[in-house]
Amino acid sequence: MKHPRSVGFVEAQKAHFDEPLPLKAGRVLPQYDLVYETYGTLNAARSNAVLVCHALSGSHHVAGVYRDDPHNVGWWDNLVGPGKPLDTEKFFVIGVNNLGGCFGSTGPVSINPATGKPWGADFPFVTVEDWVNAQARLADRLGIERFAAVIGGSLGGMQALSWSLQHPERVRHVLAIATAPKLSAQNIAFNEVARQAILSDPDFHGGNYYEHGVVPKQGLRLARMIGHITYLSDDAMAEKFGRALRHGITRYSYDTEFEIESYLRYQGDKFARFFDANTYLLTTRALDYYDPAADYGGDLAAALARAEAAFLVVAFTTDWRFSPARSREIVSALVHSGKDVCYAEIDSKAGHDSFLLEHPRYHAVLRAYFNRIEV
Amino acid sequence: MATSDRETVHRAPTLRPDLLALTEWIAPGERVLDLGCGDGVLLRHLIDTKGVVGYGIENDPARIVACIERGINVIQSDLDEGLADLQDGHFDHVIMSQALQAMHNTQGILREMLRVGREAIVSFPNFAFWKHRKSILEGRMPVSESLPHQWFNTPNVRFFTVADFTTLCGLLDIEVREWRGFDDQGRPVQEDLNFLAALAIARIGRRA
Repeated sequence: MKHPRSVGFVEAQKAHFDEPLPLKAGRVLPQYDLVYETYGTLNAARSNAVLVCHALSGSHHVAGVYRDDPHNVGWWDNLVGPGKPLDTEKFFVIGVNNLGGCFGSTGPVSINPATGKPWGADFPFVTVEDWVNAQARLADRLGIERFAAVIGGSLGGMQALSWSLQHPERVRHVLAIATAPKLSAQNIAFNEVARQAILSDPDFHGGNYYEHGVVPKQGLRLARMIGHITYLSDDAMAEKFGRALRHGITRYSYDTEFEIESYLRYQGDKFARFFDANTYLLTTRALDYYDPAADYGGDLAAALARAEAAFLVVAFTTDWRFSPARSREIVSALVHSGKDVCYAEIDSKAGHDSFLLEHPRYHAVLRAYFNRIEV
Repeated sequence: MATSDRETVHRAPTLRPDLLALTEWIAPGERVLDLGCGDGVLLRHLIDTKGVVGYGIENDPARIVACIERGINVIQSDLDEGLADLQDGHFDHVIMSQALQAMHNTQGILREMLRVGREAIVSFPNFAFWKHRKSILEGRMPVSESLPHQWFNTPNVRFFTVADFTTLCGLLDIEVREWRGFDDQGRPVQEDLNFLAALAIARIGRRA
């Protein structure tokens, strides 16, 4: 095995689409841009392309660093690169910022050509299915008829799953990690609290805060704090922070007393500086709405019957946001519809966040699976 | 470009005689579930020779990776927790080769096998094999090809015989439809399995 390396310096690219995109909720996006990055080389047979789908706060910047921003490391850099489990010497890897995003693809921050102003609250609802359709158009543009694999964690896993149902002939392998076939009431409840934090921020201005020159920072910060609680396990929080005090002594105040508070505030502040509140709202709604079995009377196996891909499903023992039981729902539905599927449940302390970490067993499973994919 | 990664042909290592023997009970194209599938050798063999649609259940991380490398559908699960995720009667055959003796919930898993499968195939080391009896008579726990561990490090938690298994099946309304036995050299045993077989295989089904 070669020593794993970084893909090095990368550059984002932008593809403009003039053909209107009909959206699941009924509206049409007249034109749009998708920002993306690629790593590795598309082979002559065009059979080695792997699409990486991002989750709530992710982007097209999956691996490597930017020449002018060498500390901005891609969010799945530990997975993607030469000699890494998703080996860029074998595969041509693509990361795309989803529609409605805030990292360069058309979203609420973008200018609505019809008004000359930012879309803001008027940006149409986008769903997992819409994202997949937009990604498919990018694949067309790049000359990729069929992906060797589509991979994603969490909300990204839902997109990977959806690829196999919307474009069954266009994906050979689906890697769905730390994900679920639909959100539970508890999942939706957490999303709703996060949204209410944003919607009730006085700086939100009904979603048109751009023209007021403000951003609903407090709401976004709260939303992210709630999110972070659900990404970590009880054990991980206990181990990392316990009841450790920020100042060593109890000060009897509502300021930062415990280390965990300091962590959540730091994460919230950091997020509020770069993420768009409207994107957060749209994205959590896309999560809420995703339910591929809905058209099949709730029968997931029936919904998956049209998939042609082989699947790898991975879950983490301490993930309570998308617990292993949710992944097993996908696995049993795949077994019952006669699909090829592998399932690994990784012992990890890190909760939902595990899917982003370099856990040896987890990466051994991904490496083995990618190795067996022929290109 | 490969049209399907299923087509990959892997050279299977030589199969144990019990695994070869149970292959003859599997019809082409069947849906097969292998409980405790190890590194996937049996399923690979059944896929390559019978074209089965096969799934394995395994709980050991290294073996799961081995199965993935072999192109086997492997599902991580603890068999002692049952097969609750699987539908009634989905499989033609549910196989458990040399794993029943290492399970706590013996009756539960036998019932589960025949809930999700039309038939089940169970192979196990026969504790009443004559060399084992001799060992006990000499005052020592048997250690052999089929019982390779010492008493203090064996993963086995249930020690039983062909006769014991037959009795349990009767209690559970399970019918033993066919037996196969092998001695400690891997040679087929034709009679008195409880005495002469080191390894026994039973094809079982629900009593009508």
